[in-house]
Amino acid sequence: MGAIFDVFLLEAVLNGLLFGGVLALLALGLNLIFGVIDVVWICYAELVMLGMYTVYFLFTVYGVPLLAAFAAAILLVAVLGALLHFLVIRPVLASEPINQLLVTGGVLFFLQAAATVAFGIDFRNLGLSLPSLVIGEIFLPWSRILAALTALTAMLGVWLFLRRSFLGTAIRAISQDRQIMPLMGVDPNRLYLLTSAIGGGLAGLGACLLVLQYDVHPAIGLSFGPITFMICVMGGLGNLVGGFVAAFLFAQFISVGGYFFHVEWGYVMAFVFFVVVMFWRPQGLFAPGGR
Amino acid sequence: MDLWAPIAIVLVLGSLPIATGIGDYHLHLLVLMLIWGFVYTSWSVMGRFGLVSLGHGAFMGIGAYGVTLLWNHFGLSPWLGGPIALAVAALFALAIGWPCFRFRITGHYFALVTLAATEIVRLVIVALRDVTGGSLGMTPKTALAEGPVSLSALQFAAKEVWLYIALLAWLGGVLVWRAVDRSMLRYALEAAGQDEDAAASIGVDVTRAKLAITLLSAVMTATGGILYAQYQLYVAPETVSGIGISLQIVFAVIAGGMYVQLGPTVGAVFTLALSESLRVAIGHTIPSLDGLIYGLLLVLFIVYMPKGILGQLLALAERRSLLVFGR
Repeated sequence: MGAIFDVFLLEAVLNGLLFGGVLALLALGLNLIFGVIDVVWICYAELVMLGMYTVYFLFTVYGVPLLAAFAAAILLVAVLGALLHFLVIRPVLASEPINQLLVTGGVLFFLQAAATVAFGIDFRNLGLSLPSLVIGEIFLPWSRILAALTALTAMLGVWLFLRRSFLGTAIRAISQDRQIMPLMGVDPNRLYLLTSAIGGGLAGLGACLLVLQYDVHPAIGLSFGPITFMICVMGGLGNLVGGFVAAFLFAQFISVGGYFFHVEWGYVMAFVFFVVVMFWRPQGLFAPGGR
Repeated sequence: MDLWAPIAIVLVLGSLPIATGIGDYHLHLLVLMLIWGFVYTSWSVMGRFGLVSLGHGAFMGIGAYGVTLLWNHFGLSPWLGGPIALAVAALFALAIGWPCFRFRITGHYFALVTLAATEIVRLVIVALRDVTGGSLGMTPKTALAEGPVSLSALQFAAKEVWLYIALLAWLGGVLVWRAVDRSMLRYALEAAGQDEDAAASIGVDVTRAKLAITLLSAVMTATGGILYAQYQLYVAPETVSGIGISLQIVFAVIAGGMYVQLGPTVGAVFTLALSESLRVAIGHTIPSLDGLIYGLLLVLFIVYMPKGILGQLLALAERRSLLVFGR
């Protein structure tokens, strides 16, 4: 009895780790945007939703090879990210910070309704079922393993880009001091646009990994969006490493909590944990001693 | 103006069923506008001070579900269940608000903490599906089998009765808004909104002031939830709590005008009129088209008209009258 219990618990923990990888990827995109532009995209998960639809339609309806559909989705969402910045964020950059949060909330409504108008409320999936990796009594779906590995690789890529490349250095610089960079001859608007496109691209990649595991429907953003914000805030908004760790913590709460109770209770516990952390360390778990 | 305009509106709307043969459909729209107008006003009581809560769906959900659960499972009349639900909402507001204000969680962070709070309430409602009916929602047991009116169950078949109840609640809401507008609390909160340290240095108890306004706003919103549940006689997690409702509240207030007394009400009229006229014009053939236009308008409002409809109109009127007097 005890042994079986432990195996299933272990399976929940491992699944949580895999789920955490995808959440970390989503959080990375949002965090990057916040760190550089100081804006929270409330509609981030809706961009993911559009990416999932792109893959779905290209693959199942138009018969495009899966990898090409992935590439198209990443590209499309990257363009959408840049457009979002250009059309919506830029006009309110100078106004009160809370307006920037709320304006993307308007976009959330818009995209969700647009998806409903265009695609209806049906749940759709790729109709692929990848096998599971079986280790003893533990079943781990390959879709999750692949997703977590891809997410980790992508995060490593972003990390190297930010550390090693010239543009990455410029992006890091502007997130440290917004006022001084224009004086150094850097056009912040171009960097903002680039960052938005990268953030969008990460959302697109997240979409590719999620569409392997979940059905897509117009409201799916609401199931990933809130956790992604919580993760970013808990890790300290704009703190990429903090977001990474927080994503795995959150995923464990959801996975192990869902194992012991019901999956909603996993989410409830994760959110309560978030609220408690906020009171304990308002600037995030990994803030260097307050700002 | 801020006292007589609402009273005039109440008198005009209150005489509608007597003076004209207003049909059930239009009465229904009026009642919804008034109840939502009340909820939106409740939010703006604190929202206007920069305390942008994305968690008011939590309070509305506690009110609506609290009263319905107590009635269905314990047979407790809404007259008793209502105050209990309000007390729970107040406690929840205290549990979220006190640490937030104590540790100076403001702006984005406050918005996101309250967002988590509203999701906690929605998820708990869904997770307790054995008692709440989960995502399918629940219907209060009817007390209208014997007659069209049950005062003890706060259930009325006639929409006219609901018009008067909603009018009273709405009037109460805008008068509370007015009272806050004229109170010392307003100055304390405006000072705290500008600079917390400076406000504290001149003797404002910032935490206490914020907590007071949050409690007021939460209890009012929960009252709105109770009225909504009793009027619709149906509650569902998505229609009374969660992110959707929380954002709906914030956006309607922005559309109407956050800083003027009747702005939230104008927001309620505007959003309901928009969705209803679209529904009538194109029917149900294209679902969510109203959401599409609504979302687009919100973006435009925040970018180009952050004062909202009524705020902008009043500002224009004021500018004109200044010009006239200037001559």
